[in-house]
Amino acid sequence: MTNLDRFIETFLNGSVLAKYTPSILQGVWVTIELSVLIVVAGTLWGALLACIRAYRIWPVSFLIVIYADIFRAVPPLVLILLVFFGLPSVGITLSSFAVLFVILGLTLGAFAEEIIWAGITATDKGQWEAARSTGLGFTQTLGYVVLPQAVRMVIPPLTNRAIAITKMTALGTVIGVPDILNQATTAQSFSGNASPLTLAALAYVVLFLPFVILSRWLESRFAWKKG
Amino acid sequence: MSLTITRPAVRNPGQDRGGAAAIGARPTLEVVGLKKSFGTVEVLKSVSLQVAKSEMVFVLGRSGSGKSTMLRCCNRLEEPNSGDILLEGEKITGRGVNLDRLRRRIGMVFQSFNLYPHLDARGNVTLALRKVLKLSRDEADARAITALTRVGLADKAANYPSQLSGGQQQRVAIARAIALEPAVMLFDEPTSALDPELVGDVLGVMRELKQDGMTMLVVSHEMAFAREAADRVVFMADGEIVEEGPPEELFGNPQHERTRAFLARYSQ
Repeated sequence: MTNLDRFIETFLNGSVLAKYTPSILQGVWVTIELSVLIVVAGTLWGALLACIRAYRIWPVSFLIVIYADIFRAVPPLVLILLVFFGLPSVGITLSSFAVLFVILGLTLGAFAEEIIWAGITATDKGQWEAARSTGLGFTQTLGYVVLPQAVRMVIPPLTNRAIAITKMTALGTVIGVPDILNQATTAQSFSGNASPLTLAALAYVVLFLPFVILSRWLESRFAWKKG
Repeated sequence: MSLTITRPAVRNPGQDRGGAAAIGARPTLEVVGLKKSFGTVEVLKSVSLQVAKSEMVFVLGRSGSGKSTMLRCCNRLEEPNSGDILLEGEKITGRGVNLDRLRRRIGMVFQSFNLYPHLDARGNVTLALRKVLKLSRDEADARAITALTRVGLADKAANYPSQLSGGQQQRVAIARAIALEPAVMLFDEPTSALDPELVGDVLGVMRELKQDGMTMLVVSHEMAFAREAADRVVFMADGEIVEEGPPEELFGNPQHERTRAFLARYSQ
């Protein structure tokens, strides 16, 4: 057997791939579901917190900053394990799917809050003054004038962070979420062959590449509109 | 103790100009004893000023003289430390005033235009019409087109600010303000950020607004325009009004040494 044959046998084994592709496709759906939920919920949560912070009510802002700093500092895996194995002891049992969604959603929310807040503070003061001078209230100015500009401004860092966090759905493997990686490692241990992991890597590329391309499109589209 | 409110001895401009306002008529905008400090720096030292209906008043002065701060106090973008602002006789300073209701009656045009970059020209004009005046989309659009037509930009309704020249942007900003049909318009150095060849368009629009009877308070360095179009010119220095009068008097025969020095610098 040549080296190439051995390589193909190990990483691209046709019969193993054929056998385990269906279960990995199931994992793809779980990963897609989780990713969409995390991106939508995390971004909206972060945007909401950034807006609340814009009112500069200091005890509220202080709590938001504490939250954002903690969730940006602690590795998500630590929180996932802590919540998944800790909460049942106090009588709260969440599914592994729910734990993964909540922790990664909160993590993305923390980053999104900081990123969107940066966009809000970077929006020209003249925009506030112009809007307020026409009689728009604070909340209206924030919603119709400042936030749309702030979000456009921060689309590149926001999409980067969203991609980074959604890739962490692979962490669900350690608590038994049946995502792509979990299906692949299970298949790998049953078959004693690494080909399912190759397929998993491929699945992640297929899944996240459109996301990456979409983010580039968003960036260029909004960059054009601002001139 | 009497409760009489003492007014500073400011002439009613309408009395001098004969025609702009009837004798004793209430000024559209009245600034009374306005004081403002930033930290320990006293920017306004009891400024009093009146603008009669349909009058165009120009405020001149070096940068740092407090003229922009005075203007920004008029719609309370800047909060004065003391003194009053009256809009059509109604006191708009102090607590308990609904700022949003008040500001829709005072249009403001900024040096840096401050158009909303994410909205096209029509969207810039209609936002307040729809969200503040609660007009329907059709009504707001119709009023926006009327306002854009007045500034000569009806054909640019669908253009974004980045697709417009500076002069066009400032005219859209004027349309945004006049669409709300304000009682008075404040102009904060409206042409200072423009290339010289674009200044004329903006001044032309201001001239037409004046002809249509708009009441205007203008902070600007456009001396030639002030001389030609203003009803009255106010010269400020170090947070005070040093001299005021009709343009031909103030420019032709300035009484105060500081006014003369300022005019000499700017008329070179």
